[in-house]
Amino acid sequence: MIEALHFEFMRNALLAGLLTSIACGIIGTLVVVNRIVFISGGIAHAAYGGVGLAFFLGISPIIGAAGFSLLISAIMALVTLKNKQRADTIIGVLWAVGMALGIILIDLSSGYNVDLMSYLFGSILAVPTSDLLLMGAVDLIVLVVVAMFYNSFLAMSFDEEFALAAGVPVKTLYFVLLGMMAFVVVMVIRVVGLILVIALLTIPPYIAERYSQSLRGMMVLSVVLSAIFSFLGLWLSYFFNLTSGATIIMVAAFFFFASLVVDRVRSRSGRDSTAPA
Amino acid sequence: MQPLAIEVKDVWFSYDGQPVLRAVNLRIKQGEFLAILGPNGSGKTTLLKLMLGIVKPSMGTVRVLGQEPSSVADRIGYVPQDTNVNKDFPISVMDVALMGRLGHAGRSRGYSADDGRRAREALEKVNMWEYRKRPIGKLSGGQRQRVFIARALTADPQILFMDEPTASVDKEFQSELYDFLKELNTSATVVVVSHDLSVLSSYVKSVACLNQTLYFHDSAEITQEMIDMAYHCPVDLIAHGLPHRVLRKHEEH
Repeated sequence: MIEALHFEFMRNALLAGLLTSIACGIIGTLVVVNRIVFISGGIAHAAYGGVGLAFFLGISPIIGAAGFSLLISAIMALVTLKNKQRADTIIGVLWAVGMALGIILIDLSSGYNVDLMSYLFGSILAVPTSDLLLMGAVDLIVLVVVAMFYNSFLAMSFDEEFALAAGVPVKTLYFVLLGMMAFVVVMVIRVVGLILVIALLTIPPYIAERYSQSLRGMMVLSVVLSAIFSFLGLWLSYFFNLTSGATIIMVAAFFFFASLVVDRVRSRSGRDSTAPA
Repeated sequence: MQPLAIEVKDVWFSYDGQPVLRAVNLRIKQGEFLAILGPNGSGKTTLLKLMLGIVKPSMGTVRVLGQEPSSVADRIGYVPQDTNVNKDFPISVMDVALMGRLGHAGRSRGYSADDGRRAREALEKVNMWEYRKRPIGKLSGGQRQRVFIARALTADPQILFMDEPTASVDKEFQSELYDFLKELNTSATVVVVSHDLSVLSSYVKSVACLNQTLYFHDSAEITQEMIDMAYHCPVDLIAHGLPHRVLRKHEEH
């Protein structure tokens, strides 16, 4: 691993993993406790439409994906606020339409680019330094916004109606949350690809939730777990010459199932110890 | 002159084209203790949400303390039903109690030492201070509801709204709860909403029955007629704890 650090691409990959973990752990926590995992999947897949649009117009794919995801996230926010019952159907449709649009726009674009696979499965080993700066900027935005409105996000996530009654601008915060989610999703696409975004966004918070006493603690633990999964996955993929995005997710999945088993065992032994001797 | 605690004027509300509330009128002075009774699906929760400013009426106006409900958010307390709570949520009892200060301070900055003191007082009042570090999911339903009462009190409310107060409270706390609401009622207006007639303690000063339309007399009397209109079926009025009330016992059924 040490000699691997001589390569700039490896140093950038580790840094990208770390930067992504920060935003991913914080937003992932809010995604999990607000039960909007499906929306994050929808935004991630619809982002492909933005990639296609960028190729078609000849602009930067990152800008295209970010802009398009932001638009889709706003539509999804509007739909979920307007009609909760039907929201899942509409998100599912946007999910598919975004992808289809991306594929068709790429068909129509001249000069077919070969690295499209990298949007599906990530390309953490090919992150240029300029992208690291963008990732840092997203981290900064997420950290500042969530720190500033932490109490309101907490109230809205725990008890939406109480938050509304207490005058918290829940609707505005919801748009802000989904907007940040769009940026984070585009960032995570770089690391694990759009197909695997949901896993990296939700597995760390899911594990963290059971070992945390507060939302803040859950965010911190999610960031740590996410970073561990990224580093471990990256190292394994380097060592065994595997696709890095998929390896990162397999590491996360391994810890996910391990935590389920540990939980099972813990609750069983907990019951035994309370039983009369 | 003091503004009315609650003024609901000719309010209609429909959901997906289905009318939920029809021509509801309600005027409550400050210092009242109102119980709104109604069967499930009668629109109780909607009326409560209208008064809390969570939803807006399709027609008509709702005023709380003479203003739009949303602009008096810092002067009302709200105790929701326990059933709506996500029990896996990583939050301590103390952090839930502090949430009551949101309307006052904590929305964009952290909570102050004064907020912490008020949260402590409120938790002590409901005997939950020693559980302050406990995750909310590790409490019993009754304990959780006490914490929600503490949260509402932390807001130092002029009006307290309570949804189904007897639903999950343990029996020992129930009488304590009413003593406690009575004490609160000396300085604040109290509104309880329930499908359960047993909320009618002797502290209740006025009663309204709801079933899309509101049947309301500005007194503590609940008549069989009101009950019949709201519930559309005979309901036994059990008179224990209500010695001063005019009640007609229903015939055998």
